Amino acid sequence: MLADKDRIFKNVYGFQDWGLEGARSRGAWDGTKALIDKGHDWIIDEIKASGLRGRGGAGFPTGLKWSFMPKNDPRPSYLVINADESEPGSCKDREICRHDPHLLIEGALLASFAMRAHTSYIYFRGEYIRERERFQAAVDQAYEANLIGKNNVHGWDFDLFVHHGAGAYICGEETALLESLEGKKGQPRLKPPFPAGCGLYGAPTTVNNVESIAVVPDILRRGATWFASLGKPNNTGTKLFQISGHVEQPCVVEDEMGIPLRELLDKHAGGVRGGWDNLKAIIPGGSSVPCIPGDDCDELTMDFDTLSKHKSGLGTAAIIVMDKSTDIIKAISRISYFYKHESCGQCTPCREGTGWMWRVMERLVKGEADKREIDMLWDVTKQVEGHTICALGDAAAWPIQGLIRHYRHEIEDRIDTYRANHAEAAE
Amino acid sequence: MAVRRLHPEQPTSFEFTPENLAWAQATMTKYPQGQQASAVIPLLWRAQEQHEGWLPEPAIRYVAEMLGMAYIRVYEIATFYTMFQLSPVGKIAHVQVCGTTPCMLRGSEDLITVCKRKIAKTPHELSADGNFSWEEVECLGSCANAPMVQIWKDTYEDLTAESFEGVLDAFAAGNPPDPGSQTGRRASCPSAGPTTLREYATAMPSAAATQPAAVETSLVAEIAQPAAVISDDAKPVALEAPRDGKADDLKRISGVGPKLENTLNTLGIYHFDQIAQWGPETIAWVDNYLSFKGRIDREDWIAQAKALAAEKSD
Repeated sequence: MLADKDRIFKNVYGFQDWGLEGARSRGAWDGTKALIDKGHDWIIDEIKASGLRGRGGAGFPTGLKWSFMPKNDPRPSYLVINADESEPGSCKDREICRHDPHLLIEGALLASFAMRAHTSYIYFRGEYIRERERFQAAVDQAYEANLIGKNNVHGWDFDLFVHHGAGAYICGEETALLESLEGKKGQPRLKPPFPAGCGLYGAPTTVNNVESIAVVPDILRRGATWFASLGKPNNTGTKLFQISGHVEQPCVVEDEMGIPLRELLDKHAGGVRGGWDNLKAIIPGGSSVPCIPGDDCDELTMDFDTLSKHKSGLGTAAIIVMDKSTDIIKAISRISYFYKHESCGQCTPCREGTGWMWRVMERLVKGEADKREIDMLWDVTKQVEGHTICALGDAAAWPIQGLIRHYRHEIEDRIDTYRANHAEAAE
Repeated sequence: MAVRRLHPEQPTSFEFTPENLAWAQATMTKYPQGQQASAVIPLLWRAQEQHEGWLPEPAIRYVAEMLGMAYIRVYEIATFYTMFQLSPVGKIAHVQVCGTTPCMLRGSEDLITVCKRKIAKTPHELSADGNFSWEEVECLGSCANAPMVQIWKDTYEDLTAESFEGVLDAFAAGNPPDPGSQTGRRASCPSAGPTTLREYATAMPSAAATQPAAVETSLVAEIAQPAAVISDDAKPVALEAPRDGKADDLKRISGVGPKLENTLNTLGIYHFDQIAQWGPETIAWVDNYLSFKGRIDREDWIAQAKALAAEKSD
C-alpha cells in the first residue's frame, strides 16, 4: 500500500481546512515561483519524464499533450480544465474541488505557464453547485493573496475563471465542452483540427482533467523520478480510486497505480459484500468500459495496460463492484439507458443506436427475446462503435459487448425461463 | 436524447432583479470581447433560480437579447441541457433522484418508490399541494455515497428509503436537514473511519467551522427521530459539567467530530473514562439515540476511550 508520505491529496475527505492557510500547511503554494523560474520547457519535460497519463479516462500522456501547443502563435492560448465529472462511478474531481482546491489552482497556474497561456477556464458540471461555490471561494483567496491575477507574485499574469454547464454528460468530451463553453449545445467537433491547433474561440487550447492538473505541483516539487518510481512502468504515480456498489464501505481513496484490485477493495472498502467469493463482476473504470467477471479478478491489477489486456480499461478508476445478488443484465441495461439519455443526437448511429440497443436490452432483462437477437445486438454494437464523431457511441457499445462476451449464458437462460413460463401460460 | 418542450402556460414577462442584473453583467466580462454568448448557461441558470426553480419562455428571450444571440440559439440551449426545468417544480423541493447503475446497485429504486408514493405518481408532476416534485436523473457524481438525491443546490447521500422519507418530512416541516451523508460519515471517507492519513483525520482546525453548511456532514436529521424502544435506564451517567472545568477532547476518538462532540457534551459526557465505562446496554441506548446502527461498536469507541483515558492518567 502507498505510504502516507507519498500521497498527494491529503485532504480528500475534508477533515482539514480547505482554505489557503490549510493548503499551505499541507505543502501547496510552496516554492511555486522557483518552479516557474525554471522555464516553460522544463515543466513540460518534467511532466513527460514523470510518465503522468491523463486522469480523465483516455490515459493520454499529459506532457506530450502539452507539447502540442504552438510556441509562437499570435492568438492567445487557453488551458481548459474539465470538471464535468459525469461518468457513472466517478466522484473524485468533486473531492479535489471542494477539499483540496488550492492544489488545482496552483496546478492550473503551472500548466498554463508551461503552455504559455494567460487564461484558464474551469468547466464544472452543472450539478456540482456547492463544489463550484467552494472552488470559487478558493480562487478568490488566491487572487487576494496575489498568487494569481495580473502582476502576481509568480511573475506570470494568469486569470482563472469558473464556468459551468447545466446537465449534459457529453460536455465531458473535450470538444463538446469547448462548444458548451462558447455558449452552444454540447455537440462534439470533428477532429482534426485538434484543440491544440484550433480550440476555444479558435485559439490553441488544451483540455485536461481536474486530477491531471492537481497532481502537477507535487510532481514538479518532488521531481519526476519520485512520481515515476510509484506504480508500474508506463502506468506511473498515484491515483484516486472511487469504489462504489457492493462493497462494505464505498469510498474514494488515493493509492498507487497498479495496486491489485483485491488489496484495494479489502484495505480501503472493507471488502466485497459477503466476501471475495461473492464477487460477480466489476466495472473497473466508469460505466463506459466493459465489465470483468469475478473469476478474472483474483490477480487483476488496477492500471491502464493490465485492464486493456482484459479488454476493459482503467478509465477514471471508478470501480463499480457487483456481488452475486446482482442482475447483471439489468445493471448493464441501466447503463444503456444512460447513454440513450445522454446521446447528443448529432450522429445517426449513436442517436438511433443507443435507443435501439436500450430497447433490446430491456427485453433481454425480461427474457422476452429470441436467442438470435443476441447476435443481432452484438452486430449493432459493432455498427455504432467507431462510426460516430466522439466516443459516446463506443461507450454505449462496450458495456453491452462485455455483457455478451462474459454472460451470454445468463441471457440465454433468461430467455429459456421466459419461454417456459409462457408455454405454461399458453396451455 | 430526451424530448423536452416548453410549458403551455407561461408568464407574460421576465427580467432580472437589480442584483441579478449586476451579477449577469459582471459574469459577461469573464469572456473575451465579442464572446459574451459564453455566458448563456450561467445566465439562464440564474434566471431559473430567480423564477421559482423553472425557466419560463420570456426568460429565454430576455437572455437572448441581453447576450445579442438569436432566440433559437438560446432556446436550443434551454431544451438541450436537462437541468433547465421547462415546467413548474415543487415550491419546497424538487427532488432529483440519481438512478444510474452505481446508485441502482445500492437501492435507488426504493427511493423512487418513495417519491411515487409521497410526491406524485409520475416524474415532473407536482404533488397535490404543489410543494414537491421529483424526477429520476442520470449520474450525479456521488457514487461512493450512493444512493443519493439532489434538492436544489445540495445533495443528501447514503440514503435508505426510511432516511429519505425523513429528509422529505423535514423539508415539508420547513426544517431541511443538513446536507451530505445522512449516516454521519464525512464525505466519501470509509464509514469505519479513514484507512489512510489518519493523523490528518483527527486534527480539525478552527477554519473548518467557517465551511459552508453544505459540505458539513451532520447528524441532526437522525437525532430528530430517536426510536423510544430502549429503556432510559440504560442512559449513560451524565455529569453536570466537566470535572475541574476541563473536558477531554472527545474528537480524538476516531469517528467523533465536532458536532458529535457537542452532542455528547449535551448528554453530560465530557471525559474518555465516562465512555470507557459504557456497558452493552448503554452503548445500545446511545447508538439508538444517535441512530447510529451499530457505529459505536464498529468504530470501537470503548476500546479507543479506554486507551485515551489510560494515556491521560499516565
